[in-house]
Amino acid sequence: MGKRVLVIEDEPNITEAIRFFLSRDGWEVFAHSKGHDALEVIAHRKPDLLILDVMLPGRSGYEILRDLREQPEWTELPVLMLTARGQAKDREMAAEAGASRFMTKPFSNSDILEAVRELAPV
Amino acid sequence: MQTLNVLIFVCTAYALFLFFVAFVAERAAMRGRGKWLRSSVVYTLSLSIYCTAWTFYGAVGYAARSGFEYVTIYLGPTLVMIGWWWLLRKLVRVGRTQRITSIADLVSSRFGKSNLLAVGVTILAVVGTTPYIALQLQSVTLSFEAFADSLNQQGEAANVSESTALWVAMGLALFTVLFGTRNLDANERHHGVVMAIAVEAVVKLMALLAVGIFVVWGLSGGVGDTLARIDASEIGKWQVDGGRWATLTFLSAAAFLCLPRMFQVMVVENSDEQHLRTASWAFPGYLLLMSLFVVPIAVMGLERLPASSNPDLFVLTLPLSEGQNALAIFSFIGGFSSATSMVIVAALALSTMVSNHIVMPLWLRANVGRASFSGDVRHVVLVARRVSIAGVVFLGYLYYRMSGGGTALAAIGLIAFAGMAQVLPVLMGGLFWRGATRVGALAGLTVGFGLWGYTLFLPSFGEGAFMPRTVLENGLLGFAWLRPQALFGIEGIDPLIHAVFWSLLLNAITFVTVSLASFPSPLERLQGAQFVNALQQTGSARSWSAGTAQTEDLMVMAQRILGASEALQFFRREAARQAGGNARPGKLPDPTPDFLQRLERELSGSVGAATAHAMVAQIVGGASVSVRELLAVADETAQMIEYSDRLKAQSLELSRTAEQLRAANEKLTSLSVQKDAFLSQISHELRTPMTSIRAFSEILRDTADVSREEKQKYSSIIHDESVRLTRLLDDLLDLSVLENGQVNLNLRDGTLREALDKAASAAATGDESPAITILRDPEQESITLHTDFDRLGQVFINLIANARKYCDAEQPELTVLVEHNDLGVQVDFIDNGSGIPSDAQDLIFEKFARVSPQRAGGAGLGLSICRQIMERLGGSIGFLPDTRGAHFRVTLPMVAPEHLAESKPLVTN
Repeated sequence: MGKRVLVIEDEPNITEAIRFFLSRDGWEVFAHSKGHDALEVIAHRKPDLLILDVMLPGRSGYEILRDLREQPEWTELPVLMLTARGQAKDREMAAEAGASRFMTKPFSNSDILEAVRELAPV
Repeated sequence: MQTLNVLIFVCTAYALFLFFVAFVAERAAMRGRGKWLRSSVVYTLSLSIYCTAWTFYGAVGYAARSGFEYVTIYLGPTLVMIGWWWLLRKLVRVGRTQRITSIADLVSSRFGKSNLLAVGVTILAVVGTTPYIALQLQSVTLSFEAFADSLNQQGEAANVSESTALWVAMGLALFTVLFGTRNLDANERHHGVVMAIAVEAVVKLMALLAVGIFVVWGLSGGVGDTLARIDASEIGKWQVDGGRWATLTFLSAAAFLCLPRMFQVMVVENSDEQHLRTASWAFPGYLLLMSLFVVPIAVMGLERLPASSNPDLFVLTLPLSEGQNALAIFSFIGGFSSATSMVIVAALALSTMVSNHIVMPLWLRANVGRASFSGDVRHVVLVARRVSIAGVVFLGYLYYRMSGGGTALAAIGLIAFAGMAQVLPVLMGGLFWRGATRVGALAGLTVGFGLWGYTLFLPSFGEGAFMPRTVLENGLLGFAWLRPQALFGIEGIDPLIHAVFWSLLLNAITFVTVSLASFPSPLERLQGAQFVNALQQTGSARSWSAGTAQTEDLMVMAQRILGASEALQFFRREAARQAGGNARPGKLPDPTPDFLQRLERELSGSVGAATAHAMVAQIVGGASVSVRELLAVADETAQMIEYSDRLKAQSLELSRTAEQLRAANEKLTSLSVQKDAFLSQISHELRTPMTSIRAFSEILRDTADVSREEKQKYSSIIHDESVRLTRLLDDLLDLSVLENGQVNLNLRDGTLREALDKAASAAATGDESPAITILRDPEQESITLHTDFDRLGQVFINLIANARKYCDAEQPELTVLVEHNDLGVQVDFIDNGSGIPSDAQDLIFEKFARVSPQRAGGAGLGLSICRQIMERLGGSIGFLPDTRGAHFRVTLPMVAPEHLAESKPLVTN
């Protein structure tokens, strides 16, 4: 069994694409599309890596990440943040919230793959 | 001839003596000594100019002709002095505070400084006084003749009498000019003249008493004997005519108040209100003494002298016939005194009126702009005054010459009384009734004066002189009710009573009626208040010696105006200045003129110069506040009110502008925030489909073992996301086109139902939004419109799609209500959700605004596009915050305006 990755993303098509190439790379991929219950889902799935979208229904990715980092067991969890808004401000906010890596949509699949391998080496 | 020469010598000496008295008094007054000049005794004696030659000689003649009726002439003033003391006080108070120079000035001043009124009263006074002056000249001449007659020197006497009047007139004019116009005192007081008159008052009283004593004890043989003779004579049998008594008493009382010369001595020359207190008992006493021996002299004259002799001269002829030359000369001097004092004061009073109200206004009008320096005007005033004096006296002389000196003295006196009495209603009204107006006064005076002239004055010259016989007998223009001595058909009354009754009655009625009907000017109102409330004001000046109390009052006032600390600082500074720098702390400055001036200047910065002056004057005393100052105060106040009103309006406008600016700024800020939000929103909206497209393109390109189903599915995703991208770009483009006004409308006829049907079905298909029930009434919707149905449909689709997206009810419902009239249609879309938060309601029509971004499917352009479309179609779209759910209302005209289709770009932000 490979490592577990949780993708929290409200666009089902994007989730589908990520699932496609990560599972082929040996990841066990879980997906969730809402923000408000994201923390419970994380606690439940206990991923080795989190891919988190910023614009989510119910709660923004930044807020989720901030709360997550306050819990001791998740301080070291690698988190790759994705956003469709590519401004410098967004990058700063992601870093502040505790993101391990920040990537702008649209992304190249190979870039995601590379980042994931770096953040959570198998 | 010897006696005559002695008489001339005595006369001249007496005249010189009077000149000397006047000169000494004038000198004393100028040096500031002579407190005695202003004593109440002098004041009381000066009032005796009421007793003219007419009283001196005429009273006896009157008694000889009409018995005790002469008493009325003394009764009137006595009643006024004793009973109407308070009225005189008010008159004097007003005269002093308003600096009144004559009765014409008083009337004019009371009624808003109307010069027309002043001219009217002046003319009345001149017309009424001229015969009276003539009377005095005549009396002097007659008394002269009496001497001549008694000496049987008729040849020369005629000559003498011819020239006597002229010489006397010239002498009197000279005296009046010399002592009446020595200086233009602001108060118009003439100490020399008043003193001379007081001396003359004593002389004439003494003379009459001397003759009386001679008659009672010398001729008649004691009081008892005299009373017996009176009872036996015609006078004793004489009956009182009630109407005449009342009329004459009233007339003499009125004359006492209104005669110009009485006003001059009583009001203008008054230096202390308290003098009235003495005069109120002393003057009636004087009159009593003057009248005491009138009847005995008359009775004795009738008894001893031939029937042909003139009763008017009994006072003179009785001693003469008895060979008492010295007494006769004394008596002559008494009569001379009465005549001269009257002429002098009358000329003085009249000349003041004539020069102030007639000559000066004319001169000023003729010399507009040339009277540049005050010395010039001063000179002109003096000349005018002098010429007026000469003119008035000469007029009297002229009247004397023309009338021929035939009329009974008493008759002329009464006619003059009745003339001046016409001023009484206006005077009383002015002093006691605030409603009296200038127009009313003018009308009353005109009516009274006219009637007096018509019923009394003109007929007095005798038939045919000024009034044709036909008018007297048949009335003016043949109207019997216009007969001068039987107005309105009332006949058989004494002409005097008749004239007084009608002229004063109609005068008063006209005055009151016109006053009630007319509206006083502000100046009149102010003056009216000043006059009517004269006694309420603190007229008596506060003494300068009450220094500290005054300064404290000034301090309190200054604090109120300048503010407590500023006032204190100012007073400290002034105290230090006065003490030379080492003032005791807490010491207030003394109210020196210098200090008062600086205080006034300090105050005037806050309240205006006139107000400051008035306030300081009010506290310090001295002259009370003049009307001119009060008016200036009113002006300043008005200006300040206007100024503060303007300030208020300006500040209101400013705050309104500020409010608008704040609102605009808030909107701009909000718009700017929205724009930033949109940029990231549009970025998100564009990047999201692009992410899917790129990700799946890469999968298809890079992955060898993609199953056929997967290949199929991923290609569809790429296709759908491309469509989504295109739609977004279309919306942006559409909005841009609409905003720039470059849209081409495709107008055609169709029904509203058709548009709603299409929209409902279009909105129902497609995306993943939950279904919504649309409640419609097809009956209402069958309305034919001429509009762009594609664009209208776009709006309807948007509204229905929004309801589908945002309605949060369990079972979403959208109600469509249609109402219409001739002008247009109104379509309401109401859902049953929880509505739009009130803070978001203002923003929903702005571009890129989305109430809840997370749930939005579009870019937030829908409602912006709808608003643009509705504007193009000549209608509107709005949100109604009244119902629980979201309520949008679309209104549009039955026929879309063509011109709007190609209108200029609309700037929206």
